[in-house]
Amino acid sequence: MSKIKIKKLSVSYGNHQVLNEVSLDIPERQIIAVIGPSGCGKTTLLKSMNRLLDLNEDVAVSGDIAIDGENIYRPDIDVNALRKRVGFLPQRPYPLPMSIFDNVAFGPKIHGLDVSSLSVVSNKEREGKGNKGTQRLVEHYLRLAGLWEEVKDRLNAPAAKLSIGQQQRLALARVLSIEPEIILADEPTSALDPISAKLVETQFKILKENYTIIFVTHILRQARRLADYIIFLYMGDLIEHGPAVRFFGEPCDEKTKAYISGEIS
Amino acid sequence: MRPKLKMPSKKWVTRKESGNNHSEMNQRLNKRKVKDNVASVSARGILIFVNFLALLIFCGIFWKALPILSLVSLPELLFSSSWHPMKNEFGLFPFIIGTMAVTLLAMIISLPVCMLTSIYLSEYAKRRFREVSRFAIDILAGIPSVVYGLCGVLVIVPLVEFMGELIGVQTTGYSLLAGGIVLAVMVIPFIVSISMEVLRMVPEPYRESALALGATRWETVKYVVLKKARSGLIAATVLGFARAFGETMAVLMVVGNVAQIPTSLFDAAYPLPALIANNYGEVMSIPLYDAALMSAAFILMLVVTLFSLTAHYALLKVGKTIA
Ligand SMILES: Nc1ncnc2c1ncn2[C@@H]1O[C@H](COP(=O)(O)OP(=O)(O)OP(=O)(O)O)[C@@H](O)[C@H]1O
Ligand SMILES: [Mg+2]
Repeated sequence: MSKIKIKKLSVSYGNHQVLNEVSLDIPERQIIAVIGPSGCGKTTLLKSMNRLLDLNEDVAVSGDIAIDGENIYRPDIDVNALRKRVGFLPQRPYPLPMSIFDNVAFGPKIHGLDVSSLSVVSNKEREGKGNKGTQRLVEHYLRLAGLWEEVKDRLNAPAAKLSIGQQQRLALARVLSIEPEIILADEPTSALDPISAKLVETQFKILKENYTIIFVTHILRQARRLADYIIFLYMGDLIEHGPAVRFFGEPCDEKTKAYISGEIS
Repeated sequence: MRPKLKMPSKKWVTRKESGNNHSEMNQRLNKRKVKDNVASVSARGILIFVNFLALLIFCGIFWKALPILSLVSLPELLFSSSWHPMKNEFGLFPFIIGTMAVTLLAMIISLPVCMLTSIYLSEYAKRRFREVSRFAIDILAGIPSVVYGLCGVLVIVPLVEFMGELIGVQTTGYSLLAGGIVLAVMVIPFIVSISMEVLRMVPEPYRESALALGATRWETVKYVVLKKARSGLIAATVLGFARAFGETMAVLMVVGNVAQIPTSLFDAAYPLPALIANNYGEVMSIPLYDAALMSAAFILMLVVTLFSLTAHYALLKVGKTIA
């Protein structure tokens, strides 16, 4: 079943059009890779899906994007609620200026997520008052992001003190903590050392059972390793998209073939 | 160490292959180096002079103020409320209280306005509106103090008198409250313009991090932007205080200038700068009067310098926390 339907999406910054009438359906509970040369509009496509593009003042968006059948560019849509459903992991981690613990607890707090109603919290903790539930929740998401073991002894340290690789996994924990349905990840491993990158990849494979993960990558091998579905953009045009096996096995378009073989990059 | 003037040229000239061309170049090089030296020496000289000037003013005022201590003790000078120069009583307390009260009142009035304005301009307003406002704020900041004073006399003083009537307080309108309001209006453009710059210095991706989690603009401001910008905003405020503290003209025109300790907002007050501006050079027949005024000036300078240092320290921290 398709989770997201994009119809004739065009985006321009000022006079500069960066996406030209992109139409595609994105399947549910899979890992989807967006690939293409630098500057082809990958980040733009990603940010259009939770309306982070709105932050840019001179951006113009036309066409529509429907998530579970609901057009997210409708004027009366609740953008904050949308962003809670569609989490975004930026290319570089920018930890919030607070402790590691609070970074993870922040999302649930602002959304007023009832800690006690979450499945990760046991019955006993549900009854006890106070912070117990939040603590359990922070631990849960830090474990899910593969960071718990490294930080469990210094949860109250400022998040900015972590290494870049750790910060990236903290950002992942932060996204997971708002219980999104879709995770958008913009080159989630580009700032990471190989070991941290592997950790994030492993997490993605585990997470796809419950989440739809759309990630941007420059590394073809990573797309092959991880993705079930590929979206290939070239200079703002959607060239080809489809299941990874078919995409890499029998690409249809000449540009795709050239890109896969490394002739264009 | 400064490079010696002719050092490289000698070597080049003695070389066989160096022809006319080279010696011409050397001459030019020499000229350029001389100019460079003149520029650096004169710039350094002027810098030293300016620093020296600050020191000179400090020492000069201190030296001129010193004689007053032979007449009254320091605690008496600072904490006595009787100001009767004719009777050789120089208690600066009412003026010190007057200064602090007007400054404090101005800050209480202006701070909420400043913070909300700069947050709105930096975080909510569209770029175009921000630029237009920045322009307007710069104009406000450039209006001469006397003009603010005039507006105060024409508008604020009658308004305060009217307010006094409403709540049944006898007042001429020339009061602490009028001084505080005028001073607040004067420091607002100054503080807003610095605060806005500080807020704009917080890198965009931090906002994006919070907004991407579904935080509202206000939550982003409260938990992220203000935290990042805190030391810069403190610096802006302290600099505002320093300004307000030493401001003379506008306040002098509306504050009433009665040497008393004000007990209500509608009472007249008499801040230090007004005391100095009103009296210096007029009653020099009274012995030690000018020394007393100099001691007032010294106190003023000391406090303002203290504020500036604090602001400087806070600004040093901005670079570390904001990025
Ligand atoms: N805020 C912006 N204002 C103006 N132009 C922009 C802005 N952001 C991106 N662009 C332009 O839009 C085009 C697409 O940018 P985008 O960031 O989507 O590319 P990308 O595929 O993510 O590239 P990369 O792989 O290098 O990250 C580029 O030409 C870029 O210069
Ligand atoms: Mg990008």
